[in-house]
Amino acid sequence: MLEVTGLRKVYGSREAVRDLTFSIDRGELVCVVGPSGCGKTTLLRCIAGLLPATAGTVSVAGVPVTGPPPDMAVVFQEYGRSLFPWMTVRQNVELPLKERKVAKERRERLVSESLAAVGLADVPGAYPWQLSGGMQQRVAIARAIAYEPRVLLMDEPFAAVDAQTRAELEDLILALWQRLGTTTLFVTHDIDEAVYLGQRVVVLSSSPTVVLEDLKIDLPAERDQLATRALPRFADLRGHVYAQIQKAKGVR
Amino acid sequence: MKAILRVLGLPALLVLAWWAYSASADNFYVPDPGRVAAAFAETWFGERLLDDALPSLGRLLAGYVVATAVGVGLGVPIGLSARLRATAEPVLEFFRAIPPPVLVPLIMLLAGIDDTMKVLVIVSGCVWPILLNTVEGVRALDGVLADTCRMYGISRRHLILRGASPQIMAGLRQALSVGIILMVISEMFASSSGLGFTIVLFQRGFQIAEMWSGILLLGLLGFALSTAFRWCERRILFWHWSNRA
Repeated sequence: MLEVTGLRKVYGSREAVRDLTFSIDRGELVCVVGPSGCGKTTLLRCIAGLLPATAGTVSVAGVPVTGPPPDMAVVFQEYGRSLFPWMTVRQNVELPLKERKVAKERRERLVSESLAAVGLADVPGAYPWQLSGGMQQRVAIARAIAYEPRVLLMDEPFAAVDAQTRAELEDLILALWQRLGTTTLFVTHDIDEAVYLGQRVVVLSSSPTVVLEDLKIDLPAERDQLATRALPRFADLRGHVYAQIQKAKGVR
Repeated sequence: MKAILRVLGLPALLVLAWWAYSASADNFYVPDPGRVAAAFAETWFGERLLDDALPSLGRLLAGYVVATAVGVGLGVPIGLSARLRATAEPVLEFFRAIPPPVLVPLIMLLAGIDDTMKVLVIVSGCVWPILLNTVEGVRALDGVLADTCRMYGISRRHLILRGASPQIMAGLRQALSVGIILMVISEMFASSSGLGFTIVLFQRGFQIAEMWSGILLLGLLGFALSTAFRWCERRILFWHWSNRA
Protein backbone atom coordinates (compact mmCIF):
# COMPACT_ATOMS: atom_id res chain seq x y z
CA MET A 1 0.00 0.00 0.00
CA LEU A 2 2.78 2.41 0.94
CA GLU A 3 6.22 2.03 -0.60
CA VAL A 4 9.28 4.07 0.17
CA THR A 5 12.19 3.41 -2.17
CA GLY A 6 15.68 4.86 -1.86
CA LEU A 7 14.40 8.01 -0.22
CA ARG A 8 17.05 10.68 0.24
CA LYS A 9 16.73 14.23 1.49
CA VAL A 10 19.49 16.82 1.54
CA TYR A 11 19.03 20.29 3.03
CA GLY A 12 21.67 22.52 1.46
CA SER A 13 24.89 20.72 2.35
CA ARG A 14 23.41 18.69 5.19
CA GLU A 15 22.29 15.19 4.39
CA ALA A 16 19.32 14.46 6.63
CA VAL A 17 18.10 11.20 5.13
CA ARG A 18 20.54 9.01 3.20
CA ASP A 19 18.68 5.98 1.93
CA LEU A 20 15.38 4.64 3.19
CA THR A 21 13.56 1.71 1.70
CA PHE A 22 10.62 -0.04 3.32
CA SER A 23 7.01 -0.79 2.57
CA ILE A 24 3.74 -1.22 4.38
CA ASP A 25 1.08 -3.68 3.30
CA ARG A 26 -2.60 -2.89 3.21
CA GLY A 27 -4.05 -2.83 6.70
CA GLU A 28 -0.73 -3.00 8.51
CA LEU A 29 0.25 -0.86 11.48
CA VAL A 30 3.96 -0.14 11.28
CA CYS A 31 5.95 1.94 13.73
CA VAL A 32 9.04 3.86 12.76
CA VAL A 33 11.38 4.48 15.66
CA GLY A 34 14.72 6.21 15.80
CA PRO A 35 16.89 8.41 17.99
CA SER A 36 15.82 12.03 18.31
CA GLY A 37 16.96 14.20 15.44
CA CYS A 38 17.19 11.24 13.09
CA GLY A 39 15.00 12.72 10.42
CA LYS A 40 11.72 11.08 11.39
CA THR A 41 9.77 14.22 10.71
CA THR A 42 11.58 14.74 7.40
CA LEU A 43 10.66 11.19 6.42
CA LEU A 44 7.04 11.71 7.36
CA ARG A 45 6.80 15.01 5.51
CA CYS A 46 8.29 13.39 2.41
CA ILE A 47 5.79 10.54 2.59
CA ALA A 48 2.94 12.99 3.09
CA GLY A 49 4.00 14.90 0.01
CA LEU A 50 4.57 18.07 2.04
CA LEU A 51 8.29 18.05 1.25
CA PRO A 52 9.90 17.05 -2.05
CA ALA A 53 12.52 14.32 -1.70
CA THR A 54 16.00 14.85 -3.13
CA ALA A 55 16.00 11.35 -4.58
CA GLY A 56 13.96 8.19 -4.35
CA THR A 57 10.22 7.71 -4.50
CA VAL A 58 7.21 7.30 -2.27
CA SER A 59 4.12 5.69 -3.69
CA VAL A 60 0.68 4.97 -2.30
CA ALA A 61 -1.15 2.05 -3.90
CA GLY A 62 1.26 2.26 -6.82
CA VAL A 63 0.76 5.99 -7.40
CA PRO A 64 3.86 8.14 -6.87
CA VAL A 65 3.44 10.88 -4.27
CA THR A 66 4.17 14.35 -5.67
CA GLY A 67 1.94 16.37 -3.36
CA PRO A 68 -0.36 15.51 -0.46
CA PRO A 69 -2.35 12.48 -1.69
CA PRO A 70 -6.12 12.86 -1.40
CA ASP A 71 -6.52 9.58 0.46
CA MET A 72 -3.95 10.21 3.17
CA ALA A 73 -4.48 11.77 6.58
CA VAL A 74 -1.91 12.97 9.10
CA VAL A 75 -2.10 13.41 12.84
CA PHE A 76 0.56 15.93 13.81
CA GLN A 77 2.48 16.07 17.03
CA GLU A 78 1.49 19.68 17.68
CA TYR A 79 -2.20 19.12 18.35
CA GLY A 80 -2.56 22.65 19.67
CA ARG A 81 -1.52 24.05 16.30
CA SER A 82 -3.15 21.62 13.92
CA LEU A 83 -6.74 22.43 14.90
CA PHE A 84 -8.45 25.65 13.89
CA PRO A 85 -8.91 27.57 17.14
CA TRP A 86 -11.85 29.58 15.76
CA MET A 87 -13.83 26.47 14.94
CA THR A 88 -15.62 24.12 17.29
CA VAL A 89 -14.62 20.49 17.65
CA ARG A 90 -17.36 19.46 15.27
CA GLN A 91 -16.50 22.10 12.67
CA ASN A 92 -12.85 21.05 12.79
CA VAL A 93 -13.72 17.43 12.07
CA GLU A 94 -16.24 18.41 9.43
CA LEU A 95 -14.17 20.94 7.46
CA PRO A 96 -12.09 18.49 5.36
CA LEU A 97 -15.29 16.63 4.42
CA LYS A 98 -17.00 19.88 3.48
CA GLU A 99 -14.08 20.87 1.32
CA ARG A 100 -14.27 17.49 -0.33
CA LYS A 101 -17.98 18.09 -0.97
CA VAL A 102 -19.19 15.04 0.91
CA ALA A 103 -23.00 15.12 1.01
CA LYS A 104 -24.40 16.68 4.16
CA GLU A 105 -26.13 13.61 5.49
CA ARG A 106 -23.12 11.37 5.12
CA ARG A 107 -20.86 14.11 6.44
CA GLU A 108 -22.86 14.45 9.62
CA ARG A 109 -22.90 10.73 10.15
CA LEU A 110 -19.12 10.45 9.62
CA VAL A 111 -18.46 13.32 12.02
CA SER A 112 -20.72 11.96 14.73
CA GLU A 113 -19.34 8.47 14.39
CA SER A 114 -15.71 9.58 14.53
CA LEU A 115 -16.31 11.82 17.51
CA ALA A 116 -18.05 8.95 19.28
CA ALA A 117 -15.22 6.60 18.34
CA VAL A 118 -12.64 8.81 20.06
CA GLY A 119 -14.90 9.35 23.07
CA LEU A 120 -15.78 12.97 22.34
CA ALA A 121 -19.45 12.63 21.47
CA ASP A 122 -20.44 14.98 24.26
CA VAL A 123 -18.30 18.04 23.42
CA PRO A 124 -18.98 18.84 19.73
CA GLY A 125 -19.67 22.50 20.47
CA ALA A 126 -16.52 23.13 22.49
CA TYR A 127 -13.52 24.95 21.06
CA PRO A 128 -10.23 23.05 20.94
CA TRP A 129 -8.55 25.38 23.40
CA GLN A 130 -11.20 24.61 25.98
CA LEU A 131 -10.06 20.98 26.00
CA SER A 132 -7.07 19.25 27.55
CA GLY A 133 -4.10 18.26 25.40
CA GLY A 134 -5.15 14.64 25.22
CA MET A 135 -8.67 15.59 24.18
CA GLN A 136 -7.35 17.95 21.51
CA GLN A 137 -5.33 15.12 20.06
CA ARG A 138 -8.48 12.99 20.10
CA VAL A 139 -10.16 15.66 17.98
CA ALA A 140 -7.26 15.48 15.51
CA ILE A 141 -7.62 11.69 15.43
CA ALA A 142 -11.38 12.00 14.88
CA ARG A 143 -10.71 14.37 11.99
CA ALA A 144 -8.28 11.88 10.49
CA ILE A 145 -10.63 8.90 10.67
CA ALA A 146 -13.67 10.86 9.50
CA TYR A 147 -11.63 11.60 6.39
CA GLU A 148 -11.58 7.85 5.70
CA PRO A 149 -7.98 7.75 4.51
CA ARG A 150 -6.37 4.75 2.91
CA VAL A 151 -3.15 5.60 4.69
CA LEU A 152 -2.93 7.24 8.09
CA LEU A 153 0.32 8.89 9.15
CA MET A 154 0.99 9.77 12.75
CA ASP A 155 3.93 11.99 13.61
CA GLU A 156 4.84 11.42 17.27
CA PRO A 157 1.24 12.16 18.13
CA PHE A 158 1.59 11.48 21.85
CA ALA A 159 4.97 13.05 22.48
CA ALA A 160 3.40 16.05 24.17
CA VAL A 161 0.81 14.42 26.45
CA ASP A 162 1.25 12.99 29.93
CA ALA A 163 2.01 9.32 30.48
CA GLN A 164 -1.48 8.22 31.53
CA THR A 165 -3.19 10.02 28.67
CA ARG A 166 -0.61 8.55 26.40
CA ALA A 167 -1.45 4.98 27.39
CA GLU A 168 -5.15 5.69 26.83
CA LEU A 169 -4.48 7.18 23.41
CA GLU A 170 -2.27 4.24 22.42
CA ASP A 171 -5.10 1.88 23.20
CA LEU A 172 -7.49 4.14 21.32
CA ILE A 173 -5.28 3.93 18.22
CA LEU A 174 -5.09 0.14 18.51
CA ALA A 175 -8.86 -0.17 18.93
CA LEU A 176 -9.53 2.11 15.95
CA TRP A 177 -7.00 0.32 13.82
CA GLN A 178 -8.47 -3.07 14.66
CA ARG A 179 -11.94 -1.83 13.84
CA LEU A 180 -11.19 0.14 10.67
CA GLY A 181 -8.11 -1.68 9.39
CA THR A 182 -6.57 1.54 8.10
CA THR A 183 -2.98 1.20 6.89
CA THR A 184 -1.07 3.16 9.51
CA LEU A 185 2.45 4.52 9.79
CA PHE A 186 3.21 5.59 13.33
CA VAL A 187 6.38 7.59 13.88
CA THR A 188 7.73 7.80 17.41
CA HIS A 189 10.94 8.20 19.37
CA ASP A 190 9.59 5.98 22.14
CA ILE A 191 10.80 2.38 21.82
CA ASP A 192 8.17 0.98 24.22
CA GLU A 193 5.41 2.67 22.30
CA ALA A 194 6.71 1.36 18.97
CA VAL A 195 6.93 -2.22 20.19
CA TYR A 196 3.59 -2.03 21.97
CA LEU A 197 1.68 -0.66 18.96
CA GLY A 198 3.38 -2.06 15.90
CA GLN A 199 3.00 -5.23 13.94
CA ARG A 200 6.38 -4.27 12.62
CA VAL A 201 8.95 -1.77 13.79
CA VAL A 202 11.28 -0.03 11.36
CA VAL A 203 14.39 1.05 13.27
CA LEU A 204 16.19 4.10 11.90
CA SER A 205 19.79 5.17 12.45
CA SER A 206 20.73 8.68 13.47
CA SER A 207 21.10 11.26 10.70
CA PRO A 208 22.03 10.76 7.83
CA THR A 209 19.34 8.17 8.18
CA VAL A 210 19.24 4.60 6.91
CA VAL A 211 17.02 1.68 7.93
CA LEU A 212 18.86 -0.37 10.56
CA GLU A 213 16.31 -3.09 10.86
CA ASP A 214 12.80 -4.01 9.83
CA LEU A 215 11.61 -6.01 12.81
CA LYS A 216 8.51 -8.14 13.00
CA ILE A 217 6.76 -7.85 16.34
CA ASP A 218 5.59 -11.35 17.14
CA LEU A 219 3.46 -10.43 20.13
CA PRO A 220 -0.17 -11.57 20.42
CA ALA A 221 -2.51 -9.42 18.31
CA GLU A 222 -4.54 -8.37 21.36
CA ARG A 223 -2.39 -5.87 23.20
CA ASP A 224 -2.90 -4.82 26.78
CA GLN A 225 -1.03 -2.11 28.64
CA LEU A 226 -0.26 -4.41 31.59
CA ALA A 227 -0.26 -7.95 30.21
CA THR A 228 1.57 -7.23 26.95
CA ARG A 229 4.20 -5.08 28.56
CA ALA A 230 4.79 -7.79 31.17
CA LEU A 231 5.54 -10.47 28.56
CA PRO A 232 9.16 -11.65 28.42
CA ARG A 233 8.99 -11.35 24.64
CA PHE A 234 8.04 -7.68 24.97
CA ALA A 235 11.14 -7.10 27.07
CA ASP A 236 13.28 -9.00 24.52
CA LEU A 237 12.02 -6.96 21.58
CA ARG A 238 12.28 -3.74 23.47
CA GLY A 239 15.83 -4.55 24.55
CA HIS A 240 16.75 -5.53 21.02
CA VAL A 241 15.51 -2.26 19.50
CA TYR A 242 17.17 -0.30 22.29
CA ALA A 243 20.50 -1.99 21.63
CA GLN A 244 20.20 -1.30 17.91
CA ILE A 245 19.62 2.38 18.49
CA GLN A 246 22.45 2.62 21.01
CA LYS A 247 24.76 0.90 18.55
CA ALA A 248 23.72 3.31 15.82
CA LYS A 249 24.55 6.24 18.06
CA GLY A 250 27.93 4.74 18.92
CA VAL A 251 28.89 4.21 15.28
CA ARG A 252 28.57 7.87 14.44
CA MET B 1 -20.33 50.51 43.84
CA LYS B 2 -16.61 49.98 44.24
CA ALA B 3 -16.28 49.28 40.54
CA ILE B 4 -18.06 52.52 39.63
CA LEU B 5 -15.83 54.42 42.02
CA ARG B 6 -12.75 52.89 40.44
CA VAL B 7 -13.84 53.86 36.93
CA LEU B 8 -15.07 57.36 37.70
CA GLY B 9 -12.71 58.22 40.54
CA LEU B 10 -9.77 59.47 38.51
CA PRO B 11 -11.82 61.46 35.96
CA ALA B 12 -13.64 63.15 38.83
CA LEU B 13 -10.35 63.99 40.48
CA LEU B 14 -8.97 65.45 37.26
CA VAL B 15 -12.05 67.61 36.73
CA LEU B 16 -11.71 68.79 40.33
CA ALA B 17 -8.07 69.71 39.77
CA TRP B 18 -9.01 71.55 36.58
CA TRP B 19 -11.69 73.41 38.42
CA ALA B 20 -9.36 74.30 41.29
CA TYR B 21 -6.75 75.60 38.85
CA SER B 22 -9.17 77.63 36.77
CA ALA B 23 -10.70 79.13 39.91
CA SER B 24 -7.37 80.13 41.42
CA ALA B 25 -5.43 81.14 38.30
CA ASP B 26 -8.17 83.21 36.71
CA ASN B 27 -6.60 82.55 33.29
CA PHE B 28 -8.73 83.72 30.36
CA TYR B 29 -7.56 80.75 28.27
CA VAL B 30 -8.47 78.19 30.91
CA PRO B 31 -12.19 78.50 31.65
CA ASP B 32 -13.68 76.50 34.50
CA PRO B 33 -15.32 73.12 33.83
CA GLY B 34 -18.79 74.53 34.36
CA ARG B 35 -18.41 77.05 31.54
CA VAL B 36 -16.93 74.45 29.21
CA ALA B 37 -19.80 72.09 29.99
CA ALA B 38 -22.30 74.83 29.26
CA ALA B 39 -20.49 75.69 26.02
CA PHE B 40 -20.43 72.00 25.15
CA ALA B 41 -24.17 71.65 25.49
CA GLU B 42 -24.81 74.88 23.64
CA THR B 43 -22.36 74.22 20.82
CA TRP B 44 -22.78 70.56 20.12
CA PHE B 45 -26.38 69.69 20.94
CA GLY B 46 -27.67 71.33 17.82
CA GLU B 47 -26.81 72.11 14.26
CA ARG B 48 -23.11 71.72 14.68
CA LEU B 49 -23.55 68.06 15.42
CA LEU B 50 -25.06 67.60 11.97
CA ASP B 51 -22.94 70.16 10.13
CA ASP B 52 -19.55 69.45 11.61
CA ALA B 53 -19.37 66.33 13.74
CA LEU B 54 -21.20 63.98 11.37
CA PRO B 55 -19.30 64.96 8.19
CA SER B 56 -16.07 64.48 10.12
CA LEU B 57 -17.15 61.04 11.23
CA GLY B 58 -18.32 60.17 7.72
CA ARG B 59 -14.97 61.06 6.23
CA LEU B 60 -13.16 59.16 8.96
CA LEU B 61 -15.29 56.10 8.27
CA ALA B 62 -14.81 56.36 4.49
CA GLY B 63 -11.04 56.74 4.84
CA TYR B 64 -10.87 53.90 7.33
CA VAL B 65 -12.84 51.53 5.13
CA VAL B 66 -10.78 52.34 2.04
CA ALA B 67 -7.54 51.96 4.01
CA THR B 68 -8.73 48.59 5.33
CA ALA B 69 -9.62 47.32 1.86
CA VAL B 70 -6.32 48.50 0.38
CA GLY B 71 -4.20 47.41 3.36
CA VAL B 72 -5.65 43.93 3.66
CA GLY B 73 -6.01 43.52 -0.11
CA LEU B 74 -2.33 44.26 -0.70
CA GLY B 75 -1.09 42.78 2.54
CA VAL B 76 -2.33 39.24 1.86
CA PRO B 77 -0.46 38.70 -1.45
CA ILE B 78 2.67 40.42 -0.12
CA GLY B 79 2.58 38.30 3.02
CA LEU B 80 2.17 35.11 1.03
CA SER B 81 5.05 35.69 -1.37
CA ALA B 82 8.60 35.96 -0.08
CA ARG B 83 9.73 37.43 -3.39
CA LEU B 84 7.06 40.10 -3.40
CA ARG B 85 7.97 40.91 0.20
CA ALA B 86 11.65 41.35 -0.57
CA THR B 87 10.72 43.75 -3.39
CA ALA B 88 8.03 45.71 -1.62
CA GLU B 89 9.14 45.95 1.98
CA PRO B 90 11.87 48.63 1.76
CA VAL B 91 9.52 50.81 -0.27
CA LEU B 92 6.67 50.28 2.18
CA GLU B 93 8.91 51.14 5.10
CA PHE B 94 9.91 54.35 3.33
CA PHE B 95 6.32 55.41 2.69
CA ARG B 96 5.34 54.54 6.18
CA ALA B 97 8.11 56.73 7.55
CA ILE B 98 6.66 59.85 5.88
CA PRO B 99 4.46 61.61 8.44
CA PRO B 100 1.01 61.74 6.79
CA PRO B 101 0.26 65.37 7.76
CA VAL B 102 3.01 66.59 5.43
CA LEU B 103 1.08 65.00 2.60
CA VAL B 104 -1.84 67.34 3.17
CA PRO B 105 -0.43 70.21 1.03
CA LEU B 106 0.50 67.76 -1.71
CA ILE B 107 -2.84 65.95 -1.70
CA MET B 108 -4.54 69.34 -1.71
CA LEU B 109 -2.76 70.20 -4.95
CA LEU B 110 -3.53 66.85 -6.51
CA ALA B 111 -7.06 66.23 -5.31
CA GLY B 112 -8.40 69.68 -4.54
CA ILE B 113 -9.77 70.79 -1.20
CA ASP B 114 -13.04 68.91 -0.99
CA ASP B 115 -13.97 65.71 0.82
CA THR B 116 -11.81 63.56 -1.46
CA MET B 117 -8.72 65.32 -0.18
CA LYS B 118 -9.66 64.75 3.44
CA VAL B 119 -10.50 61.12 2.89
CA LEU B 120 -7.24 60.60 1.01
CA VAL B 121 -5.27 62.14 3.86
CA ILE B 122 -6.93 59.70 6.25
CA VAL B 123 -6.25 56.78 3.91
CA SER B 124 -2.62 57.81 3.45
CA GLY B 125 -2.02 57.47 7.17
CA CYS B 126 -4.30 54.56 8.06
CA VAL B 127 -3.20 52.23 5.32
CA TRP B 128 0.34 51.63 6.64
CA PRO B 129 -0.32 50.03 10.01
CA ILE B 130 -3.03 47.88 8.41
CA LEU B 131 -0.88 46.87 5.46
CA LEU B 132 2.27 46.11 7.44
CA ASN B 133 0.42 44.19 10.13
CA THR B 134 -1.45 42.16 7.53
CA VAL B 135 1.83 41.30 5.80
CA GLU B 136 3.31 40.23 9.10
CA GLY B 137 0.23 38.27 10.13
CA VAL B 138 0.03 36.39 6.84
CA ARG B 139 3.76 35.76 6.78
CA ALA B 140 3.68 34.29 10.27
CA LEU B 141 0.72 31.96 9.70
CA ASP B 142 1.17 28.75 11.62
CA GLY B 143 3.14 26.20 9.62
CA VAL B 144 1.43 23.21 11.19
CA LEU B 145 -1.98 24.64 10.37
CA ALA B 146 -0.84 25.32 6.80
CA ASP B 147 0.37 21.71 6.51
CA THR B 148 -2.98 20.56 7.90
CA CYS B 149 -4.76 22.52 5.18
CA ARG B 150 -2.60 21.01 2.46
CA MET B 151 -2.99 17.50 3.83
CA TYR B 152 -6.76 17.63 4.14
CA GLY B 153 -7.37 19.59 0.97
CA ILE B 154 -8.66 22.59 2.89
CA SER B 155 -8.52 25.74 0.81
CA ARG B 156 -6.30 28.39 2.27
CA ARG B 157 -9.02 31.00 2.42
CA HIS B 158 -10.12 29.27 5.63
CA LEU B 159 -6.71 29.89 7.07
CA ILE B 160 -5.35 33.18 5.80
CA LEU B 161 -7.74 35.89 6.98
CA ARG B 162 -8.74 34.20 10.22
CA GLY B 163 -5.20 33.11 10.98
CA ALA B 164 -3.84 36.59 10.40
CA SER B 165 -6.76 38.34 12.08
CA PRO B 166 -5.02 39.00 15.42
CA GLN B 167 -2.32 41.02 13.65
CA ILE B 168 -4.82 42.61 11.27
CA MET B 169 -6.89 43.75 14.24
CA ALA B 170 -3.77 45.17 15.88
CA GLY B 171 -3.15 47.15 12.69
CA LEU B 172 -6.75 48.32 12.59
CA ARG B 173 -6.53 49.51 16.17
CA GLN B 174 -3.42 51.59 15.41
CA ALA B 175 -5.06 52.89 12.25
CA LEU B 176 -8.09 54.07 14.20
CA SER B 177 -6.10 56.46 16.35
CA VAL B 178 -4.04 57.61 13.36
CA GLY B 179 -7.32 58.16 11.50
CA ILE B 180 -8.79 60.39 14.20
CA ILE B 181 -5.66 62.53 14.25
CA LEU B 182 -5.68 62.89 10.47
CA MET B 183 -9.40 63.59 10.40
CA VAL B 184 -8.76 66.66 12.54
CA ILE B 185 -5.60 67.74 10.75
CA SER B 186 -7.16 67.46 7.30
CA GLU B 187 -9.93 69.79 8.44
CA MET B 188 -7.53 72.42 9.70
CA PHE B 189 -6.48 73.20 6.14
CA ALA B 190 -8.75 74.88 3.61
CA SER B 191 -11.92 73.60 5.14
CA SER B 192 -15.39 74.92 5.84
CA SER B 193 -16.76 72.24 8.10
CA GLY B 194 -15.68 69.53 10.48
CA LEU B 195 -14.43 69.25 14.03
CA GLY B 196 -10.88 70.36 13.26
CA PHE B 197 -12.19 73.37 11.34
CA THR B 198 -14.58 74.33 14.12
CA ILE B 199 -11.93 74.16 16.83
CA VAL B 200 -9.60 76.40 14.85
CA LEU B 201 -12.52 78.75 14.14
CA PHE B 202 -13.33 79.06 17.85
CA GLN B 203 -9.70 79.61 18.73
CA ARG B 204 -9.36 82.42 16.20
CA GLY B 205 -12.56 84.00 17.46
CA PHE B 206 -11.41 83.81 21.11
CA GLN B 207 -14.39 81.58 21.94
CA ILE B 208 -12.21 79.82 24.41
CA ALA B 209 -14.83 77.73 26.25
CA GLU B 210 -16.23 76.57 22.90
CA MET B 211 -12.76 75.63 21.71
CA TRP B 212 -12.26 73.58 24.85
CA SER B 213 -15.60 71.90 24.33
CA GLY B 214 -14.49 70.83 20.84
CA ILE B 215 -11.35 69.27 22.24
CA LEU B 216 -13.49 67.54 24.85
CA LEU B 217 -15.78 66.22 22.13
CA LEU B 218 -12.80 64.82 20.21
CA GLY B 219 -11.61 63.08 23.34
CA LEU B 220 -15.03 61.57 23.95
CA LEU B 221 -15.28 60.56 20.30
CA GLY B 222 -11.93 58.80 20.39
CA PHE B 223 -12.90 57.05 23.59
CA ALA B 224 -16.24 55.90 22.16
CA LEU B 225 -14.64 54.65 18.96
CA SER B 226 -11.95 52.70 20.75
CA THR B 227 -14.55 51.19 23.09
CA ALA B 228 -16.62 50.14 20.08
CA PHE B 229 -13.51 48.76 18.44
CA ARG B 230 -12.60 46.76 21.52
CA TRP B 231 -16.13 45.34 21.56
CA CYS B 232 -15.88 44.18 17.94
CA GLU B 233 -12.39 42.85 18.46
CA ARG B 234 -13.50 40.72 21.36
CA ARG B 235 -16.17 39.16 19.20
CA ILE B 236 -13.95 38.58 16.19
CA LEU B 237 -10.97 37.26 18.15
CA PHE B 238 -12.94 35.36 20.79
CA TRP B 239 -10.74 32.33 20.10
CA HIS B 240 -7.44 34.13 20.50
CA TRP B 241 -5.43 33.57 23.66
CA SER B 242 -5.68 37.23 24.57
CA ASN B 243 -9.47 36.85 24.95
CA ARG B 244 -9.76 33.49 26.61
CA ALA B 245 -11.26 33.72 30.02
